[in-house]
Amino acid sequence: MRILTSYLIGLIFGVGISISGMANPAKVLNFFDVAGTWDPSLAFVMGGALVVTFMGYRYILKRPAPFLSPGFQLPTRRDLDLPLIGGSAVFGVGWGIAGFCPGGALPALGTGRTDVLVFVAALLSGIIAAKLLQAAITNRAQAQA
Amino acid sequence: MIETVFTPFQSLGGGALIGLASVLLMATLGRVMGATGILAGLLQPANLSDWSWRAAVLGGMISGPIAVLLITGQLPAVQVPVSTTMLVVGGFIVGLGVTFGSGCTSGHGVCGMARLSPRSIAATLTFMLTTGMTVFVVRHILGA
Repeated sequence: MRILTSYLIGLIFGVGISISGMANPAKVLNFFDVAGTWDPSLAFVMGGALVVTFMGYRYILKRPAPFLSPGFQLPTRRDLDLPLIGGSAVFGVGWGIAGFCPGGALPALGTGRTDVLVFVAALLSGIIAAKLLQAAITNRAQAQA
Repeated sequence: MIETVFTPFQSLGGGALIGLASVLLMATLGRVMGATGILAGLLQPANLSDWSWRAAVLGGMISGPIAVLLITGQLPAVQVPVSTTMLVVGGFIVGLGVTFGSGCTSGHGVCGMARLSPRSIAATLTFMLTTGMTVFVVRHILGA
């Protein structure tokens, strides 16, 4: 039941990404290119997604628990720190260079294009490199403590 | 650079479906619909049940364009106006950034912003700004 539900939710997300234009780097980069070939479509993607999620979450998160799981798993931190801001700044540089973000690229894999596969392989390498770096930083902090 | 057509209705409709998926994942599994978190969890799963729902969401995502093909008769447009080198370099940098930043456009930009999380609002403002700056530098200063 959890597997089928997860698959269908992924499918809804994948169809949404596909028709919204988020899986299309030309459209994504044009959204940010206000000084050039500007295409404001992506503001509508963010707007549509935010309105639905904001209203849906308000209703859902009032319930004691989700339907297929014992509890909600929500991030609880509220502080702003360097990894959050620095990491997000770095993410933006990569997004601006390639035109794919993770949520746009993963559904785009379904088109069978090699260039999407190349991006996702590079993305996975970056995630693994960052995890190793994070582990090294933690070890060093523990060694010093 | 490739000119693209302004598609307010498809983009709004697609955005609403992204929102619907985010609400449904919270309503059923109690999880944030973040592409980074789901992908990273596949690499380091807590247990088999944790791995399997993530794999199923990813499988569904990949089926998205195929469903669009079956319904409309054509695959969604994917136009890549950058070189393979830029895809590789950009992809690696995105992977580094989203891991340290704990999320991307879906996790911070949609789910976190919808919860009015201060961390997600700060993260989203930051990456939208640096993406815009990068596109400006790449296209109008470097001329790539």
